[in-house]
Amino acid sequence: MTNPNITGAEILIRCINEEKVKFVFGYPGGAVLHIYDEIYKQNGFKHILVRHEQAAVHAADAYSRATGDVGVALVTSGPGATNAVTGIATAYMDSIPLVIISGQVPVPAIGMDAFQEVDMVGITRPCVKHNFLVKDVKDIAATMKKAFYIAASGRPGPVVVDIPKDITAHFAEYFYPKTVEMRSYNPVLKGHSGQIKKAVKLLLEAKRPMIYTGGGLVLGDGTEELIKLARTLNYPVTNTLMGLGGYPATDKQFLGMLGMHGTYEANMAMQNCDVLIAVGARFDDRVIGNPENFLSQPRTIIHIDVDPSSISKRVKVDVPIVGHVQSVLREMNEILSSDIMANEKKQSNISSWWKQIDEWRNVKSMVYQNSSTVIKPQYVIEKLWEVTKGDAYITSDVGQHQMWAAQYYKFDKPRRWINSGGLGTMGVGLPYAMGCQFADKNAQVACVTGEGSIQMNIQELSTCAQYGLPIKVIMLNNRYLGMVRQWQEFFYENRYSESYMDSLPDFVKLAESYGHVGMKITNPADVEGALKEAFAKKDKFVFMDFITDQDENVFPMIANGKGLSEMILGNDHIAREED
Amino acid sequence: MKHIISLLMENEAGALSRVAGLFSARAYNIESLTVAPTEDPTLSRMTIVTSGSDQVIEQIIKQLNKLIDVVKVLDLNDGKFIERELMLVKVKATGAFREEMKRMCDIFRGRIIDVADGSFTIELTGSGTKLDAFIESLDKAAILETVRTGASGIGRGDRILKV
Repeated sequence: MTNPNITGAEILIRCINEEKVKFVFGYPGGAVLHIYDEIYKQNGFKHILVRHEQAAVHAADAYSRATGDVGVALVTSGPGATNAVTGIATAYMDSIPLVIISGQVPVPAIGMDAFQEVDMVGITRPCVKHNFLVKDVKDIAATMKKAFYIAASGRPGPVVVDIPKDITAHFAEYFYPKTVEMRSYNPVLKGHSGQIKKAVKLLLEAKRPMIYTGGGLVLGDGTEELIKLARTLNYPVTNTLMGLGGYPATDKQFLGMLGMHGTYEANMAMQNCDVLIAVGARFDDRVIGNPENFLSQPRTIIHIDVDPSSISKRVKVDVPIVGHVQSVLREMNEILSSDIMANEKKQSNISSWWKQIDEWRNVKSMVYQNSSTVIKPQYVIEKLWEVTKGDAYITSDVGQHQMWAAQYYKFDKPRRWINSGGLGTMGVGLPYAMGCQFADKNAQVACVTGEGSIQMNIQELSTCAQYGLPIKVIMLNNRYLGMVRQWQEFFYENRYSESYMDSLPDFVKLAESYGHVGMKITNPADVEGALKEAFAKKDKFVFMDFITDQDENVFPMIANGKGLSEMILGNDHIAREED
Repeated sequence: MKHIISLLMENEAGALSRVAGLFSARAYNIESLTVAPTEDPTLSRMTIVTSGSDQVIEQIIKQLNKLIDVVKVLDLNDGKFIERELMLVKVKATGAFREEMKRMCDIFRGRIIDVADGSFTIELTGSGTKLDAFIESLDKAAILETVRTGASGIGRGDRILKV
């Protein structure tokens, strides 16, 4: 008679395949050897070998952002686990559904300061949606089922499953539950109908309405319903950094991104509206600046969010609606299309509000002085948008280049702009691009980065070579940690403390040493041609080193702690208050 | 304002540290925290004494509800409730002080649960303010040691926190 039992490692692999996972990003090590042995024997998911565990989590994270599926990463115990932590915290801040499996020392060795032991559950507790330590082989399947369910439902987030090595060698019968029942976890998905009706009424009565959407709209796949709502009402829309692509950037009702480096019109409309509807956004410090300044103008706020704790956290709201953005917006659209009153009212004239907005638009806050001698970073992004026809996956690192990408690449679709908005993790760009390219192997994927950020995960050039990923790296090289330098110029009297990057490698040769194509572009006249040439190399990884203006700053800007009405418009503008 | 928050959570390893970690990570005050399993051994009941503005308390409740292991949360201050805390105090009890200590203990309805040559150990239950009052009324020099459990709370009448 054969034993129906299989090892914990095999159970784990079966669970991952049961969830129809296509890619697992990982790195082997002692505590996960049993698991890797089973990976060798299976032919379900494909394992992607990265060069550092941080990149494994970032790649899984980007895969999820691009597809909406749960991203999966696998790391070993101790240093493998701690290397993953930055990736986990990054995903947590942006509410990205991930399942991270970490190896652990065998159960009897836990607490003995064993080789490569670290309390992974303890370390990650503040930066995960939930985590588990599996101490019995019989619990693996049920725990994995819960992990995927928790990660993807409600407000999504990363879930860590820590599995001791001996557990992966023990035997148990395999049974994967079809459903999950948890008395302690039942996320609210459907919004309260009364509140939704109230919100629609308020919207219809608005004289100076404003629609403000964030990452939650993108993650909740609410774009289609939002477009319908905005067009029916003819109301202005702004997106947060995380929400770009949630509303088509080339649409006439779009006011651009708001916040610290947002447009004048978006910030002024946000400040001066009388009815504000926030959809999957959280009024954070980079968006509204100082809450006291924001609250100095009276307005009625409607807030739709799947997470009750995001509502009335920094700003008290008047009509809270807890629920899934897509279903709440759909219900609003249904009321708008059926209600006769609504039909009459929705013709309500807000032309004077649009006139005011057009005046703000005429300030033209999003301008820069182009040059024929030195490459302006904004120009590179504008050309990137043209050459890719606005249809690429754009990942970015963190800093000035991130803001320029957000400002000058017009995202018309959701899930195309992949960046670390919450944690602001330098080094995400390249692994994010890997995740996007695995998600959509024929898509154009560009990583907009700087010479500072790229070096934080530069080892992934090797992974890109191994899997033949035709990513295009758009490096805006100003030999400075640009955003740090900018703040030092503004707030520290030009004392550029440790923000200059010396001893940079020859990036062209570096790329070539991995078998990639390297290009160095120094002349503004060559920018467009070089981009076209790079994107024509459809099966090659191209590393583009753009030598850009060292002194360029990101404008407009709201200084830290200031309010939306206190924007600095830039060198060519005089800062002005509202009229 | 002081609030007493009651919650039911899965009685699992690490559950307590999730709650304690939440309070420290978000810089919420925590005056006391007590926890023990309920009549259903899969559930733990916790009483947290905290303070903050209404907005902070609202966030605390929401953040607690967000923890995956937490089944139910109740702000006892939203209605009528009873609060009790247990304190053990070891006091000097020599000569004439022995009678004095016995009297004070009786006034506060405490019980002497250990008698030694030079000391009494007094057991006292009541609200936090009653225990404070007892400490206040003792001569500081007479107090050898105190230990308090932190408050436990329960709603009055029909206010029941149960799964």
